[in-house]
Amino acid sequence: MAKLLTLFQEKTSRYLVNPWIRYGLIVLVLAAVAVFPQIKFAQSAYWVRVIGYTGLYILLGLGLNVVVGFAGLLDLGYVAFYAIGAYTYALLASSFFGNHLSFWVVLPIAGLLAAMAGVLLGIPVLRMRGDYLAIVTLGFGEIIRILVTNLRGLTNGSQGMVDIDSPMLFGLQLKGATHFYYLVFVFVLVTIFVTTRLNHSRIGRAWVALREDEDVAQMMGINTTLTKLMAFGTGALIGGLGGAVFAAWQRSIYPDNFNLYVSINVLSLIIIGGMGSIPGVIVGAFALIALPDLLREFSDYRMLLYGLLLVVMMVARPEGFIPSKRRQLELRSSEPDEDEPPPGSAGDGEVAP
Amino acid sequence: MTCLSIKGLTKYFGGLMAINELDLEVREQSISSIIGPNGAGKTTFFNVVTGFYRADHGTIEFMGKDIGGMLPDRITHAGISRTYQNIRLFQNMTVIENVMVGQHARLKTNLLDAVLHTPRFKREEREVVEEGRRLLQFSGLAGMGDKLARSLPYGAQRRLEIARSLASKPKLLLLDEPAAGMNPHETNDLMAFIKRLRDELGITILLIEHDMRVVMGISEQITVLDYGVKIAEGKPADIQNNVRVIEAYLGRGAVNGTRTAEVTHANA
Repeated sequence: MAKLLTLFQEKTSRYLVNPWIRYGLIVLVLAAVAVFPQIKFAQSAYWVRVIGYTGLYILLGLGLNVVVGFAGLLDLGYVAFYAIGAYTYALLASSFFGNHLSFWVVLPIAGLLAAMAGVLLGIPVLRMRGDYLAIVTLGFGEIIRILVTNLRGLTNGSQGMVDIDSPMLFGLQLKGATHFYYLVFVFVLVTIFVTTRLNHSRIGRAWVALREDEDVAQMMGINTTLTKLMAFGTGALIGGLGGAVFAAWQRSIYPDNFNLYVSINVLSLIIIGGMGSIPGVIVGAFALIALPDLLREFSDYRMLLYGLLLVVMMVARPEGFIPSKRRQLELRSSEPDEDEPPPGSAGDGEVAP
Repeated sequence: MTCLSIKGLTKYFGGLMAINELDLEVREQSISSIIGPNGAGKTTFFNVVTGFYRADHGTIEFMGKDIGGMLPDRITHAGISRTYQNIRLFQNMTVIENVMVGQHARLKTNLLDAVLHTPRFKREEREVVEEGRRLLQFSGLAGMGDKLARSLPYGAQRRLEIARSLASKPKLLLLDEPAAGMNPHETNDLMAFIKRLRDELGITILLIEHDMRVVMGISEQITVLDYGVKIAEGKPADIQNNVRVIEAYLGRGAVNGTRTAEVTHANA
């Protein structure tokens, strides 16, 4: 099966080089995603909800991918930032304290608070690598969960925060699966755009260099402290935004929504999809979040099948469904919006100095 | 003018004195070598100069500026670059990306530029790729830029490591056993290449090398270390006939009957 997948990928990647095919495909997928909630079939509302929820995990996956996939910093406490984002929105936009700030005002606050938490977590763990980093971040995730459970005056403890406001968008109250399906969709698109651009920049190269060999990266003039904190901060920011969307969608949040399994699920979907690969995150989220719902028919055997799939996958294709690929830069630029002349005309002297 | 000036440099590892009161001067635009038996403290010396280790005593001046205690990335900004004894490329990045990472120190765009693709970001990225191609051309790696670094043959990996270290536009380049594992033909190419770095780019070269053909062939000054102590210094001809050097390499008994030729091949 693994061989077949590789063969399939080699065949398809040849066609994907053609920009018409590539953009055509992207437009097609976007259209399909956009139209999906409008198609009425039995259980359609249920599936819109499942896919929307999968989208939320794609968002988290994209954020953690910056930290783990690009920069190679193993973070097992990613749920902490998700929780910070969610509780920020709940505190500032629910009847609990009577604060009713707009979703769009709280959103940047939630993202910023999460990013700050990410940087704060980053500072003490700067010198740690691999396993040690994983253990400390694991602890951090648990600390945040235990804090929201026990700070009853602030978070209402395990009774959770209820009656959270629905966001308003141009007078429309965003409510229910379909609305949030679209909201999550937009968030995912923007996040893909941003993380792709970051990946293909000086900072993205520094992240990958850090992952490959930290000592050498520093010797190449990369400020490893700053670069790591930027990875933690960016990842946390995305997690925080995801948390705010989650709280607004559920309209009630409980400490139990932010347990270790969220972190593990997000990390697993990155590994299954392919570390550092953005398409991999999407495929991984569908495999780990949407697929278990598809398997619901097998009732009792569901988790068994699911576990088996994970094991087979890791044995047969440890690099993930869609391993990350490096861009081809020497002989052609794959950047479509680059106003660079094709290699053929480079010698004509028309290149701006 | 002096490029690198080391005075009284000492580095311990616990009870072991890896470098002991070392003084060293490297002239600008010269090619100098550090030789010595295994464990003499040569690589430790590179690690101290590049800020990877902190010296216990002594001063390190680079182009008249004290760089002791600076972090490696700051030292790279100051103009020192290096390669490693066991090749340390960014294996899963492409060849040209390796060279692009090498240019990191000279680039200025930030997160926001990258997300918004501001004009200055586009300009800088274009220049980075251009410069990358140019460096690959210069190092004889043209056409290999889009391959993963780990897929290159050994000799090309060595050259890529040098190309990457050139990308920060260093004034001083530290080469740690650049000829290790090369056949005589590749070694000749390497020697010519190192000379070009000095003659065409004006870079000062300091290298650690065991291949005496390289050391004697291109060095203008040689420093010999043994157990962290400088035991000799001078031109290749002086070093070849130095009794203490012969002793360090071959043992005391060898001194009486030794000829230059034996030292030359001592560690080849």
